[in-house]
Amino acid sequence: MSTPAATAPPEPRVHPVNYLNARYGVKSWLLTVDHKRIAILYLIGVTFFFAIGGLFAALIRLELLTPAGDVFQSETYNKIFTTHGVLMVFFFMIPAIPGVLGNFLLPLMIGAKDVAFPRLNLLSWYLFVIGGLIALWAVVHGGVDTGWTFYTPYSTVYSNGWVVVTAVGIFINGFSSILTGLNFLVTIHTMRAPGMNWMRMPLFCWGMYATAIIQILGTPVVAITLLLVAAERLFHLGIFDPAQGGDPVLFQHLFWFYSHPAVYIMILPAMAVISELVTGMARKPIFGYKFIAGSSVAIAVLSFLVWGHHMFVSGQSVYAGLVFSILSFMVAIPSAIKVFNWTTTLYKGSVSYQTPLLYALGFIGLFTFGGLTGLMLATLGLDIHVHDTYFIVAHFHYIMVGGTIMAYLGGLHYWWPKISGKLYPEYWSRVSAWVIFIGFNLTFFPQFLVGYLGMPRRYHAYPDEFQVLNVMSTAGASILGIGYVIPLVYFFWSMRYGKDAADNPWGATGLEWQTPSPPPTENFPVTPVVSGRPYDYTTAVEAGARG
Amino acid sequence: MSLFPEQASTFASHVDALYGFLIAVTAFFSLLIGTLVVVFAIRYRRRSPDEIATDVHESGLLEIVWTVIPLGLVLIMFAWGASVYFRITRPPADAIDLYVTAKQWMWKIQHTDGHREMNELHVPIGQPVRLTMASEDVIHSFYVPAFRFKRDVVPGRFSIAWFEATKPGRYHLFCAEFCGTRHSGMIGWVYAMKPADYQAWLSGGASGETLAAAGARRFQEQACNTCHAEQKGARGPTLVGIFGKSVRMQNGQTVVVDEAYLRESITNPQARLVEGFPPIMPTYQGLISEDGLLQLIAYIKSLSPAPAEGAAAAAPTPTERKPAKP
Amino acid sequence: MAEAAHTLAHDAPPELQHHFVDLEAQKQASSLAMWIFLVTEVLFFGGLFTAYVVYRSTYRPAFEGASNLLDIKLGAFNTAVLILSSLTMALSVWASSRGRKNLIILFLALTMLLGGTFLGIKVIEYKQKFDHHEVPGPHFVVPENVATGKPLPRQAEMFFSLYFCMTGLHALHMIVGMGLLAWLIAKARRGAFSIRYNTPVDLVGLYWHFVDIVWIFLFPLLYLLGRHTL
Repeated sequence: MSTPAATAPPEPRVHPVNYLNARYGVKSWLLTVDHKRIAILYLIGVTFFFAIGGLFAALIRLELLTPAGDVFQSETYNKIFTTHGVLMVFFFMIPAIPGVLGNFLLPLMIGAKDVAFPRLNLLSWYLFVIGGLIALWAVVHGGVDTGWTFYTPYSTVYSNGWVVVTAVGIFINGFSSILTGLNFLVTIHTMRAPGMNWMRMPLFCWGMYATAIIQILGTPVVAITLLLVAAERLFHLGIFDPAQGGDPVLFQHLFWFYSHPAVYIMILPAMAVISELVTGMARKPIFGYKFIAGSSVAIAVLSFLVWGHHMFVSGQSVYAGLVFSILSFMVAIPSAIKVFNWTTTLYKGSVSYQTPLLYALGFIGLFTFGGLTGLMLATLGLDIHVHDTYFIVAHFHYIMVGGTIMAYLGGLHYWWPKISGKLYPEYWSRVSAWVIFIGFNLTFFPQFLVGYLGMPRRYHAYPDEFQVLNVMSTAGASILGIGYVIPLVYFFWSMRYGKDAADNPWGATGLEWQTPSPPPTENFPVTPVVSGRPYDYTTAVEAGARG
Repeated sequence: MSLFPEQASTFASHVDALYGFLIAVTAFFSLLIGTLVVVFAIRYRRRSPDEIATDVHESGLLEIVWTVIPLGLVLIMFAWGASVYFRITRPPADAIDLYVTAKQWMWKIQHTDGHREMNELHVPIGQPVRLTMASEDVIHSFYVPAFRFKRDVVPGRFSIAWFEATKPGRYHLFCAEFCGTRHSGMIGWVYAMKPADYQAWLSGGASGETLAAAGARRFQEQACNTCHAEQKGARGPTLVGIFGKSVRMQNGQTVVVDEAYLRESITNPQARLVEGFPPIMPTYQGLISEDGLLQLIAYIKSLSPAPAEGAAAAAPTPTERKPAKP
Repeated sequence: MAEAAHTLAHDAPPELQHHFVDLEAQKQASSLAMWIFLVTEVLFFGGLFTAYVVYRSTYRPAFEGASNLLDIKLGAFNTAVLILSSLTMALSVWASSRGRKNLIILFLALTMLLGGTFLGIKVIEYKQKFDHHEVPGPHFVVPENVATGKPLPRQAEMFFSLYFCMTGLHALHMIVGMGLLAWLIAKARRGAFSIRYNTPVDLVGLYWHFVDIVWIFLFPLLYLLGRHTL
């Protein structure tokens, strides 16, 4: 994207008022309608829930150091892994990239002053916080032990935990997701700057668009499903209770109809980030722009057709199994296309080894590997053996942690100069990227092995022969935990002591880099006009890039 | 340290072979992509601060190639996986029956001759075994890693699956679907025995009432014979010889009488009524335990000659039925 | 076109929010948003309709028997009431597009009256169910077949579970709609709507019509199963 030089004279850059310092005070933050401030609010929120979810993960790994269930009582352990899952899935993974990076970048990238509905955007954040606090209330008052999947009739009839309260918390949070998706979709449709047609839009925006489709279509189904679980528990309805004629497998269909697309809500934004990182750090136009954009939409559509692959051993018919299996293989193809296109972007690029690149490469490797293990699960004959074992746990952590969280961190680093106006310390950021990569693999690779050996998931105690692999996994988790703490420290540090960032430290393309670091509240004093190809580096470097 | 559980059933080696193929594909592509990105990152590293790259940014041919090749590969994976799956989901005709009741947090197994086991299962090698499983409370899952056998046991329906053990030994039995507090304690052992040893085990120890005899007793207790009597003009259809037969329903459908249909007839009789009989059978849902249902069905099966049982067992695909569905 | 569309505060219509280029863009965005929201509502109700389809096909006789226990006269009357309310709502949208304040308020008030009638009748129906022990749960008593007097299959309770969930969720949406109508009346009294700007009325109209359409599906599915006579 190049802004023709004749249109807008360069803005004076002497100590600008930016969105961070434009107004002070807690009220100016809690009542803000500025998408950039809302992004920071989300950053604080998701980091908070990630920390708690991570703490519970540490407790899981602590218990699993020894075969006996000797650290916690069984019911407590069940509540620990449930809490880990609920907080991480609903209050970190789903909101993180859309809420933080999506909110901050989308209007900037399309040349708009804000999203279509700024007040709705703030409401989304409040719904996220309220939902999360309600879920935390349940945790603090004894927790829920059903697993984040709430299978019936255990959750509706037998569990003694705070099922209804947790379900309500997730329900409210669901509206946060729906409204964010709605906001982004309308923003992209109606608020692009003049000249910003669909084929000039950054791939990050395409990714957010595809994500929005899923948020809008999928989330209402889990909302009604959780509402029914709550109603059944409160009013003894029996919709999912076999004793009253209900069908537990119907619950599974309704639950997974959302929860499978939900994982694409988690990965599409990550892929959107990687598309930007790869081209930005290689200073080369992305290879296969149309195919990456098209793949995002294809993934969004196909994601709704595969939910039954979570239910191959549930007793659904063989034919259903066949259909869901073949469709699950199909949904992998667009992801593969993206990986090939990213790889080819690096070919004959000008690759800088700074931290965002490290995260991007880490993502590509781990997502490829994790995605291929997903093909193993789509394979009917094989899934029967590994379903509900640690193999599954390893697979989804490779994608969600090795994939999404790496992309999230990579994106945070890449756009940190724009968000904060400061540079993070490059040495420590590289160190933590490596620590995370090593810790991650040590944590989760052994889980593939112990899963194939037969260790079921959600097990508090296990046979002795699984211990060695579990110890390796716990060791890795300790390292991974350290890896996550380091950026937390230096991002804070950088806000006070970091070097000031230039407007475009990477020499990247994109309208967000045409604004000051940090941007002013209104983003663009003069609405940009866009022409030329996307990812055109020839003009970007001239605008004062750093090497 | 072994990376694979023992192969102790007829399908274990098939599953492992499939796994081996998938590992090879995974390793190949992971290494390919991993190597390429690292090599490109090194070879094309930035050499000066203002350097930008030459523009190589699309190739329709390349896109087609790297779409079609993975597509072909996944179709192979699908087909191979489906064929192993068909093997796993089709019990052979000569399978012997075992009945499993799952409840929080134990496995109760009943052999047709009356042997009862708790958290243990003795089976002969070289003999297909068909498990008819029911849950008394929540969803459980019967998992024997060494057999590569797993099937959820869902309350409100029968779950039917089979295996054939090939190697004598003792193998883990796990519950693989989270079922509450003692989920990880709902474990046991499967003992696969040489036929002679199995016979010895069967004849030793008290076996108690056979399943069918228990079912006959319950049939009397529940007064089923009031309507299902062996006389002309009886209010309900005869049950002698009915298992495995094709019967016409009131809505014109023809149904092969199997375990699932029998279970449905007891818990939800109005769903499919036999032609020529009034719709007067009450529903026993919630009034008979899962054990009781298994006993009744074993009894009704015993009223049919053995080949009929084999025919029902070989009936194609879903022998379990559930409320109509997506 | 190279000029920035930077509206100065005193030039812009008061309803225009600063981040939109002009009122037309704002209207388009708001309209798209409401349609998308209605799509989410389709999916939301869709879960219940799915459960309904599954259980009706499994427990057909029980569902038909239970459906006959609903008061078809009240149901039909309510259907007519809602359809009429959609008419009055559409008239209020029309009036708001002309800025005819008194008509706007009249039609909105009529819509509220009809909506309130619907809800009142639902209260009567729910109370009837409660009195006849047809509410699922520990106090449920299997009702008798209207025609034969024999008890229905136990799974009639499932019908009533779905009945209460579906009509209950619908009624909640009606209540929200009533709140929106009251808000519109308040705005109309302040002269908020004109030829230039009636977006809120338009969008609430869309919502109201949607809630009406949901009922038009609910009525036959719940009240008209296996009916041979009134």
